[in-house]
Amino acid sequence: MKLFRIRGGVHPQGRKRLSEDKSIEDLALPELLHVPLQQHIGAPAVVIVKKGDLVKKGQVIATAQGNISAPVHAPSSGQVVGLGRYTAPHPSGLPGRTLTIRTDGKDEWADLPAPMDPFTASPDDVAKRVSESGIVGMGGATFPSAVKLNLGARYDLHTLIINGAECEPYLTCDDRLMREKSLDVIIGVRIMARALKVDRAIIAIEGNKPDAIRRMCQAATEFEDVTVVEVPTRYPMGSEKHLTQTLLGKETPARGLTADIGAVVHNAATAFAVFEAVTLGKPLVSRIVTVSGEAITSPCNLRVPIGTPVAKLIEHAGAFKIEPERLLLGGPMMGQPLNDLKVPVVKGTNGVLALSGLQAQTMSQPTSCIRCASCVDACPCGLVPLEMAAAIRKEEMEIATKSGLMDCVGCGSCAYVCPSDIPLVQYFNYAKGRITYLQRAEHKQKETKRLADLRAERMERLAQAKREAMAKRKAEQARKKAEKTAQEQPEKASA
Amino acid sequence: MSTSPPLIGGPFLKQSPSVSHIMLVVMLALTPATLYGLFQFGWPALYLFVTTIAAALVAEVAWLKMAGRPAMPALNDGSALLTGWLLALTLPPWAPWWIGVLGAVIAIWLGKQVFGGLGQNLFNPAMVARVVLLISFPVEMTSFIAPHPFAGPGTVDFMDGLAITFGYGATNIDTLSSASVLGHLKTEIGRGAAWSEAFFDTFKLHGFVFGAVPGSLGETSAPLLLLGGLLLWGARIITWHIPLALLGSIAVLAALFNAIDPHTYPSAMVHVLSGATLLGAFFIATDLVTSPVSPLGKIVFGVGCGVLVYIIRTWGGYPEGVAFAVLIMNAATPLIDRYIKPRVYGRTRRGQPLAYEELSK
Repeated sequence: MKLFRIRGGVHPQGRKRLSEDKSIEDLALPELLHVPLQQHIGAPAVVIVKKGDLVKKGQVIATAQGNISAPVHAPSSGQVVGLGRYTAPHPSGLPGRTLTIRTDGKDEWADLPAPMDPFTASPDDVAKRVSESGIVGMGGATFPSAVKLNLGARYDLHTLIINGAECEPYLTCDDRLMREKSLDVIIGVRIMARALKVDRAIIAIEGNKPDAIRRMCQAATEFEDVTVVEVPTRYPMGSEKHLTQTLLGKETPARGLTADIGAVVHNAATAFAVFEAVTLGKPLVSRIVTVSGEAITSPCNLRVPIGTPVAKLIEHAGAFKIEPERLLLGGPMMGQPLNDLKVPVVKGTNGVLALSGLQAQTMSQPTSCIRCASCVDACPCGLVPLEMAAAIRKEEMEIATKSGLMDCVGCGSCAYVCPSDIPLVQYFNYAKGRITYLQRAEHKQKETKRLADLRAERMERLAQAKREAMAKRKAEQARKKAEKTAQEQPEKASA
Repeated sequence: MSTSPPLIGGPFLKQSPSVSHIMLVVMLALTPATLYGLFQFGWPALYLFVTTIAAALVAEVAWLKMAGRPAMPALNDGSALLTGWLLALTLPPWAPWWIGVLGAVIAIWLGKQVFGGLGQNLFNPAMVARVVLLISFPVEMTSFIAPHPFAGPGTVDFMDGLAITFGYGATNIDTLSSASVLGHLKTEIGRGAAWSEAFFDTFKLHGFVFGAVPGSLGETSAPLLLLGGLLLWGARIITWHIPLALLGSIAVLAALFNAIDPHTYPSAMVHVLSGATLLGAFFIATDLVTSPVSPLGKIVFGVGCGVLVYIIRTWGGYPEGVAFAVLIMNAATPLIDRYIKPRVYGRTRRGQPLAYEELSK
């Protein structure tokens, strides 16, 4: 298949060796599971169980609310012991609404919905099942998958792209999944293709995973509608807009979706979750997580129940062998710093990393920009990061926006190559937050003004009505008076 | 860990090169041509080279002390050393010591620090110094000498070298100056002579190509400068855009005018290989701080430099124009960066989102 070149990008060391040959192991069931209600983009789920309730594995404990949301299921059987606030897997380390379940060790399944034959069921039923199973984008974006499966209603789609690029260094969970569950992943892919009503699915895997490519190719041989493609190993190949461009040669229009050019992108792990949900009826209650980094004694790939504290994963991997310099959730390029080991694994957690050694240089102080333009060459979006950062430093958000801040995908290629160690992504994230705040403030101001104007108008109307009523009453009185005098006068006249 | 600011935005991996690494590679790339220049022009050249660099370092430290800023981080990035080095390469090799010292102070103070230090300067510091010196001290700045290589006939010994550079003691060395290649050609063409006669009567072709001709300290050896340029390109410190655009535009213009009037206009080879063309194309115009950041912007910048160099050399008052051309284009850099930007992903060149009519439903 002909591939197309994308602009920019970087080649960080893969460091996947640490864990790529470790088979997926099941993590022992922890005593407590902390299940956040917001594990996806969109509205948080609404709890439907009470403290003290007994729940079974796979039972719905919180339902979706609104169009963009996802339900949450009990990851194991046990008792709901808490419903409150618990440290969320977020860089702020702030607490979020969380349900705590004390597991009973039986890991007993609830009555699951009946398995479906995906190839006779209607596409709408498949999408419904995916939605009810709480499946979200498992590459880290956590966008509710069912919403993306319904895009066929609004767009002319022709291709389903499965993102098996796994371009972040260290991470090997998708690699292992594609190697160990090749056929299941491919069935999941075909189910999704059918739900989207497209007749072509492309599974894209970076060249640094030859075994995954080989096994997926083998598993896909009997299906003509599924193609496995090796894509170049280059970060950020796994960015959906850039992966689509690599495969189809077309850029997604700014502010648009890949659906605008006829393609929908799903992650390989999402395909596996869809397979389990549709053919086995199992909702999303666990996921594969890579535990790796130089500070981890024995890096591994684990199948982890949602809600398991990160500390348990590190314990399973033999704890730290040296003091880690950085703890991360997700990959080292776009992941988030982890402040507390008690935070739970959620649907979007693909890695737990403890970095040490070579990464020390990310701790150095930034020096002045020498305009070397490395960031310009590295940016896959054609932006000029140094110019945006200079504007943001002066709080000139309008200039930063004009320079394309909102077209930035936050991949971090610019900061990765910067010889002056300027934390460019941090600048951009700050600015994006600041702009949202300013827009909200402006909106609030406008809204206040609108309401004040409305009120003034209303008051004016009331006053007007009052004046009119008064005038009317006066006229009435005058008329009556006139009538009275008119009546009196003839009397006088007659008299 | 406690001293570093809390990073919430990634990435948490970094590519290794730092600013000082970049400066180091540039110096490494300059080394072959520099060694050749020092060998070619003997002790006085070495004294001038060392003096200029030392003055640049002292000027940097002095400024930072006056400004109450720490000196070590700025010294460690190697930029002052490199500025001094580049400036020394553009000076006549037997120039007196105070030319180097004054030049270094002008480069560091007026060229760089008044703008706010590394990365803030609008103009290439070494070129600012060179132009100020050229205009203020035209005699010293145009007194070139024929090569006096170490261990060659007419070599200058240690003490005589001191006398030439620092002006102490008597010297019986014949310091009769001789014109640089471009200077000689300019005079001869001005007299109405054919450029080729003037050129081939004076210089041997192989000597010219390799650099055994009068000229500035580090500008004469074309193959070694080319080697250094390729090294910079290979180490991904510069891209091909500026050097190729600069050399290409000079070559095209020279070839064009040479074809129109072969009597008056020297060939493309002479223009590309003489003067500071190669030094300028690879090491001066490509200065990261003062050149545009986008690939197309770099091409515009390179072509601008090339055209200006040719115009100044051919119709201007000076035989050489690299320094002027680079400074003029430096001034245009903010403008180029403002109007020439890479195309943003998913947008047209004008900044509108791409439209695919056939797919909208």
